[in-house]
Amino acid sequence: MSNTPPTPDLELPDEHYLNATYGSGIRSWLLTTDHKRIALLYLASVTVFFFIGGVLATMIRIHLLTPGGALVTPETYNKLFTMHGVAMIFFFLIPSIPAVFGNFLIPLMIGAKDLAFPKINLLSWYIYLIGGGFVLYSFSTGGLDTGWTFYTPLSSVYSNSAVTPAVIGIFINGFSSILTGLNFIVTIHTMRAPGMTWFRLPLFAWAHYATSLVMILGTPVVAITLLLAGLERMFHLGFFNPALGGDPILFQHLFWFYSHPAVYIMILPAMGVVSEIIPTFARKPIFGYAFIAGSSIAIAVIGFLVWAHHMFVTGESTYAALTFSFLSYLVAIPSAVKVFNWTSTLYKGSISWDPPMVYALGFIGLFVIGGLTGLFLACLGLDIHIHDTYFVVAHFHYIMVGGAVMGYVGGLHFWWPKITGRLYPKSLSQFAAIILFVGFNLTFFPQFILGYLGMPRRYHTYPPEFQVLNVLSTAGASILALGYLLPMSYLIWSMRYGKVAGPNPWPATGLEWKTDSPPLTENFHVTPEVTWEPYDFQNRPDLGLAASARPLAPAHGDD
Amino acid sequence: MSEHIVSPKVYIVIFASLMLGTGLTVWAAFQNFHQYNIVIALGIATIKATLVVLYFMHARYSPGRTQLVIVCSVFWLAIMLALTLADYDTRPHDITLAAPQVFYCV
Repeated sequence: MSNTPPTPDLELPDEHYLNATYGSGIRSWLLTTDHKRIALLYLASVTVFFFIGGVLATMIRIHLLTPGGALVTPETYNKLFTMHGVAMIFFFLIPSIPAVFGNFLIPLMIGAKDLAFPKINLLSWYIYLIGGGFVLYSFSTGGLDTGWTFYTPLSSVYSNSAVTPAVIGIFINGFSSILTGLNFIVTIHTMRAPGMTWFRLPLFAWAHYATSLVMILGTPVVAITLLLAGLERMFHLGFFNPALGGDPILFQHLFWFYSHPAVYIMILPAMGVVSEIIPTFARKPIFGYAFIAGSSIAIAVIGFLVWAHHMFVTGESTYAALTFSFLSYLVAIPSAVKVFNWTSTLYKGSISWDPPMVYALGFIGLFVIGGLTGLFLACLGLDIHIHDTYFVVAHFHYIMVGGAVMGYVGGLHFWWPKITGRLYPKSLSQFAAIILFVGFNLTFFPQFILGYLGMPRRYHTYPPEFQVLNVLSTAGASILALGYLLPMSYLIWSMRYGKVAGPNPWPATGLEWKTDSPPLTENFHVTPEVTWEPYDFQNRPDLGLAASARPLAPAHGDD
Repeated sequence: MSEHIVSPKVYIVIFASLMLGTGLTVWAAFQNFHQYNIVIALGIATIKATLVVLYFMHARYSPGRTQLVIVCSVFWLAIMLALTLADYDTRPHDITLAAPQVFYCV
């Protein structure tokens, strides 16, 4: 059932950011300071890294079809999972939603013409490219075999692979992340349109504000840590190598001080996407707006206090382990606040199953599984059994792929009409969402069982009794790949042949839907003034919803 | 927003203080204060960093919100150091490990 009004036959606006000319063709893109064009540059770049990471993942799954390993040597297998992790985490997941949707949408959502520092925004993309170039150089000149975690002294002493260029690339890329975060924070503080108070901000903006805090406070730590590992490797300075007076556990403390919060850099923006999609397709103000906004900040803050749960079996002190275990349980509370509020929003909502909604509901289900299994891992006793097994692999893929990538693809479907001005085939995209959900679960759920049964991660071989579950996982990966290729195909198709969407096809309540699709370079013809509460369908006759489709629940600030 | 103008005299005094701090650090490096060696070295470094942030980076003359951001960042650093050191301080120290054989690669 759908209560989304049919889209009338419309024309694209004469002038928009895609056909605006500032000099000739490619130059107008490479020198642009328009946040929307920079977002599209990022979209293209992160897609390249997603493909690279995806191909490497495919090779891993094919290799694991047989107990002895079907495809590559053990050394190459080490490189496959390392490069998969580096490409996906540092160059796809971390920049994906913030750099693509955050860049495109934050100024539109708050009624601004651009981000606060447009040139720095373009600079951050170039920094990303330079960092990515170093990492691709590392991949193509022998590859990396340290694991994406670069644990010392393996990375700083023993590894014979191309660690140095990769470490330099990730160090450089960190600046891109920091500059993006800085830009978002300053923009949200200083460039909100008249009437756009803090508690009228879309929850997507709140999520990006929290993400930006993590980016700014955490990224310098991992950048310096990897630089220290690089210095130890190149100049034999003793930071982490016990033989030189260093401490390998210190590397893990510093690395995870960033890299655990980095999970929240990936998942918080996806939560922001879901917080926009759910009320739109439930036609209902979001339940507990202030709590969802506050929980984003709480996740960012508490997320910084849990890092050493990655180190329970490394020899850290029992007292520290107890503290970090407790703090890790604590971070589940704001995450649960979000899930309960999304489901409460659905209650008695006027739900339509448009494609973004199918992705958002998929996100909630997968995130709940990923989040709850995180509590298993935060439990000190249980973690000793399942540490470094496929249980951990399944858990973080449920968060990062089931959560963050599902949110990313859902966001792509939600804002694609705004980005391109065109709609995509509805039934096909609903089918793709289901394929993605099924493929994902078939890939990763068997890995929970494998891990619980004791199959260690990062091994190129396994006992024959684990083969059935591994074959299931590889079969699921094939379906999952289809779930990604389908949207790529029809979204590209729709850019030329899709039906013209109009300004607000869903319709949704945010400010970004009150301008043309695609928007002008300056975003709005006139600076908008916000007089309505967030996610308010009741007092918005301009949305064109039938009275029966508008439930009576009051919006935040309207009750 | 108008920029605060700092007189050259202030810059000269701060620069001289930093040079003095550097001299002190070098002198302290050649003395043996036993368990206080690291405390003294880091103490001097912290004072020098504070002077740079306050005067050379104009934090002293910045709006309250900027100062709040700086204080929060230092607090964040303190969290990282405190929780990491809490691990070190509560570990059993009677474990001895043989140093591994080392092969260097660049």
